[in-house]
Amino acid sequence: MPLYVRARKNFGSFVLDVDFESPDGVMGLLGASGCGKSMTLKCIAGVVRPDEGLIISNGRVLFDSSRGINLPPRSRGVGLLFQNYALFPNMTVEGNIMTVLGRAARDAGDLYRSLISRFHLSGLEKRYPADLSGGQQQRTALARIMAAAPSLIMLDEPLSALDSYLRWQLEGELASILEEFGGVALYVSHNRDEVYRMCRGVCVMNSGRNEPVRTVQDLFDSPDTLASSLLTGCKNYSRIERVGPRKVRALDWNAELECGGTVADDAGFIGVRAHYVHPVSKPGDNVFSCRVERVTHDVFHTIVNLIPEGTSPEREYSRVRMEITREESSELRAGDIIEVGIKPRDVMPLKK
Amino acid sequence: MDWFPLYNSLRVAGISTIITFFVGIFAAYYISFARPSVKGALDCFLTLPMVLPPTVVGFFLLKAIGPLGPVGSRILSVFGFKMTMTWYSAIFAVTIVSFPLMYRTARGAFEAFDETLRYSGQTLGLSDTFIFWRITLPNCKQGILAGAVLAFARALGEYGATTMVTGYIPGRTATISTTVYQLWREGNDSLAYRWVFINLAISFVVLVAVNMFETRYRSTPRAGRSPEADGM
Repeated sequence: MPLYVRARKNFGSFVLDVDFESPDGVMGLLGASGCGKSMTLKCIAGVVRPDEGLIISNGRVLFDSSRGINLPPRSRGVGLLFQNYALFPNMTVEGNIMTVLGRAARDAGDLYRSLISRFHLSGLEKRYPADLSGGQQQRTALARIMAAAPSLIMLDEPLSALDSYLRWQLEGELASILEEFGGVALYVSHNRDEVYRMCRGVCVMNSGRNEPVRTVQDLFDSPDTLASSLLTGCKNYSRIERVGPRKVRALDWNAELECGGTVADDAGFIGVRAHYVHPVSKPGDNVFSCRVERVTHDVFHTIVNLIPEGTSPEREYSRVRMEITREESSELRAGDIIEVGIKPRDVMPLKK
Repeated sequence: MDWFPLYNSLRVAGISTIITFFVGIFAAYYISFARPSVKGALDCFLTLPMVLPPTVVGFFLLKAIGPLGPVGSRILSVFGFKMTMTWYSAIFAVTIVSFPLMYRTARGAFEAFDETLRYSGQTLGLSDTFIFWRITLPNCKQGILAGAVLAFARALGEYGATTMVTGYIPGRTATISTTVYQLWREGNDSLAYRWVFINLAISFVVLVAVNMFETRYRSTPRAGRSPEADGM
């Protein structure tokens, strides 16, 4: 296994407790901010010491609390791209890279020139970080990491400091750099779309803990916990009571719904994506009545906020969001009572 | 006019600033990493001279390095020289009184230092020594130099503790501040005025130097992004 991480650290108000392994290739660590993603990277890099755990990278034990092994960061062969890129502000692009290569090293000059051309930094060698754009800073930081020849690369929200126009360009560059690298790359992000496009495997983190590693496709098709479902962008949730092997009572929506598969015993919620909720003409299976609270026209579709009949709108999960085409929504007005339906295969049972 | 007080003041302030500069930096650096309990205790102790009246510092110093004090008597018997009533006695007094200014300003600079720079240096394989001298110090330059200038200014103006350990011996221990006091006591206002103006001139030069330095520092490259520099 190219990377195995088990780490536990108690911060008092927050406990980090992660355990996962990663195959070669780009793996996403997806989680809301403050869930411990960056701390996990710092533990792997060795700048933060876990209370207890085992970290193995490409067959090398980097940290093992039971045997008292704790390699210093500089011997771990781990490249970490910080969110702010952490370029040394008092050094030029050349200084930042040469510092790592070591000016005295025999082939430093050749390596330096190849990095400059590979990361499109020609002409910027004498500039200080403050005089570089966000994209140029990121390329410099990546070149500097590659200069240290790491066997594992970790990227901490690499695109979040950039504006959306640059982000598109850099995402492509980053993808090809990581492809070329070939080894394990951990990609930390809170942005589900970015993770979906960049990563093959994904590990969802939630308040210091992680869920099992899954493929990105699998996670987005069938998230199985409330936290991972929230991260995949699903908007509608209800607490449930199981009434049959495939049937649940959605407590917050005052409705009984049939699910696509068997509902696990420990499922406490269902989630339904906003574009899987549709207005229907008459009552039937998997159909319930709602009052239209608000109709909002977005650029390409319409967002309809619904309050299921027989529920109180103060409750946390009582609103249902429906995203439909403009044609479908043309008749709807706030205050209307309508019937909405959800197909069984679109009801996702979720663990707490 | 006898220029000795000016020479002596600059000599004492210069030497004590060099001492506080290095000791202050290292104390600040290590204390900024210490555990909270240790940090609190050491911080109180090292800042104490800033809030104590200089005469209290002078009193403790006299008790320690005076000819009868535990330190002073040993040095007198082993090396045969006195620690008080000499020009260099003022260095002890001035160093202690001006130390907190250097220490606290430097510590503020270290604590404001972006620790991801240190982390990235470590993960890139750089040694801690390299990181301290080539990354941490240059990026904390402003705070450290501001601390040194403040400490120098304070050292130059120190009176209370200095006068207790050096007394006032014209041509031997007199500094500008003790001279002004002595001249005023003697009613020699015209000479007192001269020294007062010399003191004002020095203070003015120091402050102008600080301002010029700060302006120059601000115009040199610093961390941050400038979107307009984007060439893509």
